[in-house]
Amino acid sequence: MNLKLRRKLTNVVALGLSLAAMAFGLFWLIWILWMVFEQGIGALSFDLLVHDTPAPGNVGGLRNAIFGSVIMVGLAMLIATPVAILAGIYLAEYGRRTLLGRVTRFVNDILLSAPSIVIGLFVYAIYVSQVGKFSGLSGAVALALLVIPVVVRTTEDMLVLVPNTLREAAFALGAPKWKVIIMVTLRSAKTGVITGILLALARISGETAPLLFTALSNQFWSTDLSEPMANLPVTIFKYAMSPFADWQQLAWAGVFIITMGVLFLNILARVVFRQQSANH
Amino acid sequence: MPVESAVQNQTPEISIRNLNFYYGKAIALKNINLDIYKGKVTAFIGPSGCGKSTLLRTINRMYDLYPGQYAEGELIVAGKNILDKNVDTIDLRAKVGMVFQKPTPFPMSIYENIAFGVRMHEKLTRNEMDDRVEWALTKAALWNEVKDKLNKPGTGLSGGQQQRLCIARGVAVKPQVLLLDEPTSALDPISTMRIEDLIHELKREFTIAIVTHNMQQAARVSDYTAYMYLGELIEFGKTDELFIKPQDKRTEDYITGRVG
Repeated sequence: MNLKLRRKLTNVVALGLSLAAMAFGLFWLIWILWMVFEQGIGALSFDLLVHDTPAPGNVGGLRNAIFGSVIMVGLAMLIATPVAILAGIYLAEYGRRTLLGRVTRFVNDILLSAPSIVIGLFVYAIYVSQVGKFSGLSGAVALALLVIPVVVRTTEDMLVLVPNTLREAAFALGAPKWKVIIMVTLRSAKTGVITGILLALARISGETAPLLFTALSNQFWSTDLSEPMANLPVTIFKYAMSPFADWQQLAWAGVFIITMGVLFLNILARVVFRQQSANH
Repeated sequence: MPVESAVQNQTPEISIRNLNFYYGKAIALKNINLDIYKGKVTAFIGPSGCGKSTLLRTINRMYDLYPGQYAEGELIVAGKNILDKNVDTIDLRAKVGMVFQKPTPFPMSIYENIAFGVRMHEKLTRNEMDDRVEWALTKAALWNEVKDKLNKPGTGLSGGQQQRLCIARGVAVKPQVLLLDEPTSALDPISTMRIEDLIHELKREFTIAIVTHNMQQAARVSDYTAYMYLGELIEFGKTDELFIKPQDKRTEDYITGRVG
């Protein structure tokens, strides 16, 4: 009976500790979300979408910053996902045990943990300083470099999870390897790959450091990718640090928009992934 | 001997001569000599690890997918030694289909599951493909259950239905030989019975080689049985004779349940 009691106690203690850890984590998260909500919701208005970032004391919005962020993030995804998915396919299907595969995987892992400011400086050094000006394109390239390792990793992981029996079944019907990969393997890992893409998208949406050295920012409306481009994170950075109350208000609005966007992407990723689990 | 004479009257679809198979340095099949006869069902039995699945996977060169695995000797299909390096495995697999232990529906519709393999080898019009899909599903005794949901995902079917879908998929390519690697080991008794009935039907048109753990199943479905042990072919003969009067002590020990 003594033993039974001890088992019960251990169980209660372990459960208590893990609940406490969870509560600790949730506490900060909820506090952050609450603060963003409280400060941001008041700053929201229709003006945000129709006016560009103003001079202090003027009526303004975040139109150019929202537009710039969407364009650069979108372009970054367009550049990065095809490259990353192909690299992930190589790692999982062709080079799983080869030297090149192992080296690529290792380098990718380093890139995955590289601080984003390093990526920003890198693009600054090889592109921005050569051309001599900040540009939206260089911002998109820096963001793409952040997306690639994430998507390479998730694509590879998801493909490796596809059971070999499924590959064999397709090969047994006389399908060539590339068809097996595209029609069967990649297809059955599809939702996992999409989840990885969504999470990468969420990650770069709020990145500030790489944009500081590349796209910089722009007070005005600009769609020219070879010019500095406004974006939400850098605008938030600038406006939150400013002494002007209306700029600070706009910064909170920007924070609210980004947070909700990222939250939405995360929820979407979960929904997509759950669909896969339900199908299996 | 009656075994010999009966065997000699058959045409071999596949002839295996002096076959050795290696997983890296480990030998898995030792000097196998065997004929698989046209239009017959040949069962491979033996304890786990005896090499029966390995033998089956040699016939369609499945081992090619894994580095370090190789075979030597002769394995003649349609007059050609298919162990030859320059044999086109895509062609070979059109002639020799395979169904695996676990049902493996592809992540696509029932219709596309069937059409997938056919498209690798033939250019059919939409109508011809519709006919082929119906034909294959009918052969696999699945048509009546799925004809109204051909566009639904194959993964939505029950385990037994999925396995019949996999058989239909193999049959649709119109191979000469069907390799069945423990096709019912993941299925319930009723689904198993349906698959066994199906094997009886299919042997009218296809030569079948089946690996099974279940001796009763081998006795029920096959015309010939090969007993393998530790990578060697111990005994091969007509199923009813092998089960009633095994010639080798080791076969007798296995079928009477003393080994295995």
